[in-house]
Amino acid sequence: MTIISQLSVFIENRAGRINEVTRILAESGINMSAFSLAESADFGILRMIVSDVEGARAALREAHFGVSVTEVICITCPNRAGAMHRVMEVLAREQIFIEYMYAFSEGETADVVIRPSDVARAAEILHSFDFGERE
Amino acid sequence: MIWNATKECMSAEDRRTMQGERLRRLVERVYHSVPFYRRRMQEMEVSPQDIRSIDDIVRLPFTTKQDLRDNYPYGLFAVPMSEIVRLHASSGTTGKPTVVGYTRADLAMWAEMTARCLTAFGIDRDDIVSVGYGYGLFTGGLGLHYGVEHLGGTVIPTSSGNTAKHIGLMHDFGATALACTPSYALYLADALRDCGMPRDEFRLRTGIFGAEPWTENMRREIEAKLGIDAYNIYGLSEIMGPGVSYECGSKNGSHICDDHFYPEIISPDTLEPLTHGEQGELVFTTLTKEGLPLLRYRTKDLCELDPTPCECGRTNVRMSRIVGRSDDMLIIRGVNMFPSQIESVILEMEEFEPHYLLIVDRVNNLDTLEVQVEVRDGFYSDEMNRMMELRRKIASRLHSVLGLAADIRLVEPGTIERSEGKAKRVFDKRKLN
Repeated sequence: MTIISQLSVFIENRAGRINEVTRILAESGINMSAFSLAESADFGILRMIVSDVEGARAALREAHFGVSVTEVICITCPNRAGAMHRVMEVLAREQIFIEYMYAFSEGETADVVIRPSDVARAAEILHSFDFGERE
Repeated sequence: MIWNATKECMSAEDRRTMQGERLRRLVERVYHSVPFYRRRMQEMEVSPQDIRSIDDIVRLPFTTKQDLRDNYPYGLFAVPMSEIVRLHASSGTTGKPTVVGYTRADLAMWAEMTARCLTAFGIDRDDIVSVGYGYGLFTGGLGLHYGVEHLGGTVIPTSSGNTAKHIGLMHDFGATALACTPSYALYLADALRDCGMPRDEFRLRTGIFGAEPWTENMRREIEAKLGIDAYNIYGLSEIMGPGVSYECGSKNGSHICDDHFYPEIISPDTLEPLTHGEQGELVFTTLTKEGLPLLRYRTKDLCELDPTPCECGRTNVRMSRIVGRSDDMLIIRGVNMFPSQIESVILEMEEFEPHYLLIVDRVNNLDTLEVQVEVRDGFYSDEMNRMMELRRKIASRLHSVLGLAADIRLVEPGTIERSEGKAKRVFDKRKLN
């Protein structure tokens, strides 16, 4: 488990806006390892985990994007049934809400990005979290 | 029919004599009872003795909406509050509304002026009039209401806000006339078509429309869709409310009740009087009002005057349709508002950049107002709830200041044009000309 910085970009619902974000990151040589898009009728919020948060923030601001940086929790969990459920259960038991989350699996493991209501507390709980060998 | 032929059809000479006499008494009155006017006149070195005929009106000071605000709430009233029996107020710019006080005689005069209008529209004591203007601080509802009562007709105080109910009332009560804004009339026409009740179950034949500028095209559309005769009624709360001027059957300009409201057209730039037929800013002097008498009040409405007698027999001066404003006031769904009101709300909120764009349109015959704003750096959030909360917050503040719901559109930073000079902040897509 690690606390990492996530970059959020405000984008209007117009053609080519996401494309503009990815172009800027590409030109700055920044890699995007995970992302999710929250949408409403008029606008969306593109959330990303990138290789260089400060570099990406500066480049996007330069291009007049509304950007914010938030701390989120990234936990690597085994890619098998019930693993994610155990994380959710321990957070629920401690009264931690999930604002949103997204995950990417790759082979034996999955990287889960969690935006909890209380990052510090969630980090404390998940710090010593052990998935164990088998259910 | 003519309600008061003595006043509405008097000879030009008699009219001028009466106007001069009333002006003389008015000036005498405000000079002695309103410190604001006494000071203004002293500054201009004009005394009540200098006013001998209506032509001397040009020597008097102007009054603006700002003067009303500066003297909020009762500073320009010419009688003690014990004489005031009703207050109305117009929507507030940056918090302060303009307040109008009426004495018993003012209300009686208003009711008669409105009865003159209704009579010119062909409405009489056999008519049942549904008043769809809002009842409250706005003068539209109560103004029409007491006019219909004074005339002896039957008034349904429907007020605004519930279209289905309005249609039901008009149907069940056999309303023969409808009073509302012209844009609401068009909206109502579509609702009526879709309501399932056939047109011949309605007795509606006359429309009384005002509180916002409209066009001949809108008139044709309303008349065709609703199957009624549509008339313009003009007024403004500072002067009285609806009933300052009205159309007759010839529908060729609106007759001004100029035995009570003396009109002038001035150049908004030089403030010099313009001659008949020239387009300029309409100015009114309330010749007989007691509560809040105003000298040369600048309406900011642009139009022209025609003093030639009308084929209907009335001899009072007629004003053309309002073709625009000499300031940036917008009238949206009958509500007056200034871009500066929106600006003041945005400037007070640290969450937003001090730039905005207003887009006014007419969709399905109803005015819409979209406000585009940029969220300030540092207030962008990764959470959708927070962004929605920002939008809700500005929407509710704007609603309380404007008295009107606006659609808020959050746009990306830098998309609203920055300009050193006069930035174009308003795009009014409605076609009024």
